[in-house]
Amino acid sequence: MWKFFHQLASPPHFYRLAGLFAPWLLGLSLVGIVIGLYGGLVLAPADYQQGDAFRIIYVHVPSAYLSLMAYTMMAVASVIGLVWRMKLAHAVAAAAAPIGASFTFLALATGSIWGRPMWGTWWEWGDPRMMTELILLFLYLGYMALRSAIEDRNKADRASAVLAIVGVVNVVLVHYSVEWWSSLHQGQTIMNEDARMPTSMLAPLLIMIFAFTLFFGAALLQRLRAEVLEREHSARWVGRMLAEEQPNA
Amino acid sequence: MMSDKPVADTIELRPFATFRAMLWRELKLAFRRPSDLINPLFFFAIVVTLFPVAVSPLPDVLKVLGPGVVWVAVLLAALLPLNGLFGQDHEDGTLEHYVLSGQSLVAMCFAKIVALWLVSVLPLVIVSAVVAQSYLLPSSVVPILVTSLSLGGYSLCALGAVAAGLTVGVQRASALIALLVLPLMIPVIIFGARAVSLAAVEASLSGALDMLLAIAILTSLFAPIATAAAVRISLE
Repeated sequence: MWKFFHQLASPPHFYRLAGLFAPWLLGLSLVGIVIGLYGGLVLAPADYQQGDAFRIIYVHVPSAYLSLMAYTMMAVASVIGLVWRMKLAHAVAAAAAPIGASFTFLALATGSIWGRPMWGTWWEWGDPRMMTELILLFLYLGYMALRSAIEDRNKADRASAVLAIVGVVNVVLVHYSVEWWSSLHQGQTIMNEDARMPTSMLAPLLIMIFAFTLFFGAALLQRLRAEVLEREHSARWVGRMLAEEQPNA
Repeated sequence: MMSDKPVADTIELRPFATFRAMLWRELKLAFRRPSDLINPLFFFAIVVTLFPVAVSPLPDVLKVLGPGVVWVAVLLAALLPLNGLFGQDHEDGTLEHYVLSGQSLVAMCFAKIVALWLVSVLPLVIVSAVVAQSYLLPSSVVPILVTSLSLGGYSLCALGAVAAGLTVGVQRASALIALLVLPLMIPVIIFGARAVSLAAVEASLSGALDMLLAIAILTSLFAPIATAAAVRISLE
C-alpha cells in the first residue's frame, strides 16, 4: 500500500499512471454529462415557479461546487507541499488553479444568465454569494499572477502555496454566505430536509455533479502530465521515454 | 543556500526586545524620508477630489458617495507604501541578516506591520476626517469614520505585509500586490463603508465595527506568521 503511494509521488510513475487514467475519466465524464443533460433538459419536469429556466442549475451547481472544490484541493496540496516538501503536491496546486478559475467563471456566468429573467438583473452587487464567488475568481487570478511573476520555480511553488492558504478563508465565506447574510441566492436543495427536489430533478443533477467532477479529474491529470514534463524536462526518464515513443526523431 | 535554523543554538530569543527595536528602526527610517510619508497623502487628496469633478458636485450625490469614496481612497493610498515594506531591506541585504539573526522573524514582521500602520494609515485617517466634512458627512459620523478606517487600515497593513513578503525580489511588484490584497479586503470594505453609511443616517451599526475589530485581531494573529514564512521563502 505505502509502496504504491511512494511510487505515485515519483514523476515517471505518476506520468505513466496519469496517462492511463486520464482518457478513462474523460470518457466516463462525457457519458455522464450526456446522460445528465438528457435527464435534466428532457426528462425532468419544469419547475412550478421558475419554469424551464431552472434547468441551468445542471451546469451552474456542478461548476460552483467544483470552483470551491478546486480551491480547497489547491490549498490542501499547498499545505502538503509546504510541510512535506513534496514537489508533486505543488504541481497539483499549479495545475488545479486554471481549471478552478474556469469553473468559477462558468458558475458566475451561468448564474448571471439565470439571474436576468429570475431576479431581473444580470448582476446584483449587494449579494454576498455573488460577491464572495467573484472574490474567489480574483483569488485564482492573483494566485496565477503570483506564480507567473516569480521566475524560480521552487520559490514560485512555495510563495503561491502561502497565498493559497491565506485565501482559503474565502471558501468558507462562499459556502456560508447564504446562511450568514441575507442573500438573493437560494439555499441549497440537495441535502435539505424541508425543501427537497423531486427525484426526477435531483438525479440528473447528481449525475451532472459526478460527471463534472470526473471531467475535473481528467483535466487535472492532463494538466499535471504537462506540468510534470515541464518540471522534469532535463530528467533522464523524459529523454528515454521520448526516445521510446519516437525512435526516429 | 540558507538554513531555517539559527546560526548558533545558544542565541537567546528575545521577541519583545526584537519587536521594540524593529518598531523604532522602522519609525526612524520613515521620518527620515518624509516625502515617502507625504506622497500617499497627496495621492489620497487627489483621488477624493476626482470624484466630485467626475461624478457630480451636487450635495445629495456627495452625501451618498462620501463614505465609500473616502474608504476606497484610503485603501488605495495605503497600498502605495507596501512595495517598499521589504524592498529597501532586501536590496541592501538587511533582510537576510534579519532572517539569519536567530531572533523571531514573526516579531519583526509584526513590528513592521504596526509601524506601517502608524506611519501610513494614521495620517490618512486624520486627513480623511477633514475630507469627510467636504463630502458633507455630519460631524457626528466622523468618530465612526475614524474608528472604522483605523481598524480596516490595520487589516490592510497586515494582509499587505503578507503580499509584500511574497513578492520580495519580484520586479515591479506594485500591481501584483494590489491584485493579491484587494480581493481579500472586500469584506473589510463592505463592513467599513457600511458602518459609516449607517451612522450617517443614524441607523444602528449592527455590529459592523465589531466585525472590523474581529478581522483586525484575526489578521494580527495570522499575518505576522504568514509574512515571516513568505519572507523566508522569498529569500531561499
